[in-house]
Amino acid sequence: MFELLPGNFARAVLGQSATPEIVENFNRRAGLDRPFFERFGVWLWGVVQGDFGISYSSLTASSTGDQDRTVASMILPRLENTLFLAAAVAIVAVPLSLGLGLLAALYRGSIFDRVVNAATLTSISFPEFFIGYILMLFFAVQLPWFYATSMIESTTTFWDHLERIGLPLICLVLVIVAHMMRMTRAAIINLLASPFIEMARLKGMPPSRVIWHHALPNAWAPIATVVGLNLAYLVVGVVVVEVVFAYPGIGRLMVDAVVSRDVPVVQGCAIIFAAVYVLLNLSADIIGIVTNPRLLHPR
Amino acid sequence: MLLEMRGIEIEGQSEDTWFPIIKGMDLTLRRGEVLGLIGESGAGKSTMGLAAMGFARDGCRITAGSIVFDGMDLRAMPESQRRKLRGVRIAYVAQSAAASFNPAHRLIDQCIETAMFYGVASASEARQSTVDLFRRLHLPDPENIGERYPHQVSGGQLQRVMTAMAMACSPDLIVFDEPTTALDVTTQIEVLASIKEVVRELHKAAIYITHDLAVVAQMADRIMVLRYGEVVEEAPTRQMLSDPQEAYTKSLWAVRSLRKDEDTSGDKVLSIRNVTAAYGGGVRVLHDVTVEVPRGRTVAVVGESGSGKSTLARVITGLLPPISGTVEFDGQRLPPALAQRPKSLLRKVQMIYQMPDPALNPKRRIGDMLGRAVSYHLGLSGKARDKRISELLEMIELDDSYRERLPMELSGGQKQRVCIARALAVEPDLVICDEVTSALDQIVAEEILKLLLRLQRDLGVTYLYITHDIATVKAIADEIVVMHQGKVVESGPKSEVLSPPHPAYTELLLSSVPEMDPDWLDNVLAERARGGAGAAAVEGDR
Repeated sequence: MFELLPGNFARAVLGQSATPEIVENFNRRAGLDRPFFERFGVWLWGVVQGDFGISYSSLTASSTGDQDRTVASMILPRLENTLFLAAAVAIVAVPLSLGLGLLAALYRGSIFDRVVNAATLTSISFPEFFIGYILMLFFAVQLPWFYATSMIESTTTFWDHLERIGLPLICLVLVIVAHMMRMTRAAIINLLASPFIEMARLKGMPPSRVIWHHALPNAWAPIATVVGLNLAYLVVGVVVVEVVFAYPGIGRLMVDAVVSRDVPVVQGCAIIFAAVYVLLNLSADIIGIVTNPRLLHPR
Repeated sequence: MLLEMRGIEIEGQSEDTWFPIIKGMDLTLRRGEVLGLIGESGAGKSTMGLAAMGFARDGCRITAGSIVFDGMDLRAMPESQRRKLRGVRIAYVAQSAAASFNPAHRLIDQCIETAMFYGVASASEARQSTVDLFRRLHLPDPENIGERYPHQVSGGQLQRVMTAMAMACSPDLIVFDEPTTALDVTTQIEVLASIKEVVRELHKAAIYITHDLAVVAQMADRIMVLRYGEVVEEAPTRQMLSDPQEAYTKSLWAVRSLRKDEDTSGDKVLSIRNVTAAYGGGVRVLHDVTVEVPRGRTVAVVGESGSGKSTLARVITGLLPPISGTVEFDGQRLPPALAQRPKSLLRKVQMIYQMPDPALNPKRRIGDMLGRAVSYHLGLSGKARDKRISELLEMIELDDSYRERLPMELSGGQKQRVCIARALAVEPDLVICDEVTSALDQIVAEEILKLLLRLQRDLGVTYLYITHDIATVKAIADEIVVMHQGKVVESGPKSEVLSPPHPAYTELLLSSVPEMDPDWLDNVLAERARGGAGAAAVEGDR
């Protein structure tokens, strides 16, 4: 895809004034004079061995080899930050949405159900940058409860880190809770029409036990799928929120790398995103299988 | 008096309006008595059965009347009080055990759930008494079968496990809601026998709901006939069977008397020779099947679920190319796969399905559906097409105004009529009918069968009629093919197949069909206990 974009790294970094010799020299060092498929093959072989390559940005024509920054060394701290934020959001959002979904299913049609539905629908309907700025306006500028931006240094402590991500956390929770909560509610309500739920009620079981013991164990597969998708979004799709709150996560790294045509970094990020996506979906499928006695205990 | 229901009125909700389902009904039950509730779908049987537990389904409400169970008024007490009676003193056995067991929990845990939850017994006591019930209900391996999940147990066994679950807390009253309707006849007889034995021995009162007269005749001491949410007639079983008073009851009784004279003449329109077939190269579902179908006649293919009868239809239509063997139509060998068959051949073989709903596009008007078939295969358009549609509607005894209707505006029987018209619209030689009356009520089913027979007389069309119902076979077949586990067990003219001597499986199948005689079940079981032909096979199926 990058091949289709106009310009290349050498031109972007070295500037308009660079002589063709300098550009060519740089291209040779970076291996950009080789054909596309060869470069890709070499890179892929490296990835398999755990070597994500060297960032072009450290390869300016004048620099020497020992100052080269590996892609891994650029991605790792950023990935750590992104995973930190994602984990914090997940810890808040998943139980919250499951709980709200179960309660909404239990009291469906009630005021509570309607309020929760309306609130989550509202929050999902706004783009996340809008929610982000609104939160910033009210809870950082007007009421100084949170940090407006989430600058993280390598010296930031754990608790300090947690405190600084307050607003992006709330913002992301608002964005993903709606989806998961509504799916939980729908999955449970869908099951409530099953004959085995009627049977449970006719066995004298109260509504809370019907939902917890009879409906929920059969709803894990769809819930796990939607939870997996949303957690993947926390890593892969979080870039807008990272930019809004100036949070040094992997999404921003990738955007910066795209702007400067730093192909190895972009590829490195893409691999991480793909891996997270596949891993989370795989876990969702595994949960779906493990919670389904039909698959776990064949005839 | 264990249960006394007076002036019960129940309403159901459709969109925003409430309409009556039960219109002021009385029901009384003594201890140890079995009451049969019988009627067609929509008569309010299940609603009434559930009301006996003080329960109304979502979208239903009990608006009037009193339900007094053992001196307690269920309607006057709070829901939490009623819950404590359900499962403990009044239990329920549902129609489809496969759907009514929670797929996520082991059977034993579901059986003892109520006892545990309300502290009726300790876990080990509850388990022990459930295992005893499993044994009483003749379940195989009673000690361990409870450790399985519902999908690991066959339908007939599940239904017995559900009966055990209902009896786990030793309730005073059990509501059986069509407990054997979803089962094959040879399985049904076993379940009926087990239920009857347990109910008698433990002296339980029961409400037995069914649409099958012959079944209720075996189970009930007293029968109530329901229609449109009202009681038509009520009498002790023997009196009700021998001397029904009301016209509606008599019409129900008469349904089983449709008969057609056998005629097996005619050249062979379809010959299926030595067909073996499997799905996806896996287990073979048809083994060396040979069937001949004479022109203008009805060949009934009868067998239980899993016998391969629907697979045979798929082979004939080309949906499933066979592994070996040939299908000849009009003396001409049919290409095995649908895609290889020319349009003219496709026209000649049409199919009618069990469920009219999925077979009809809900967004298209009846006239368009019939017209599409007519113009695609016969090339008619404009006036000629319109005329043909009118003819077809007349043929299935529907008013011409039905052409503007959508499928959802029709009743189940009318929808099935439209399916018949669509199959006949293209003037086929052979129509494959796959359980076309199984989803319909007896009286409606009878009308459909009469229609099929009349159309055969008028148009000379040939039917391959697939069914599990022996009564239907007796009514319409000229020839019968009995299938079991993918093989043809017996075939020939109706009179031959239905009269002895039978191969063992045919004997078992025929003897398992309930009869209206209240002593039928006891007699058959006594016969089999003496070592009748079917006994060994029944044991094998357990």
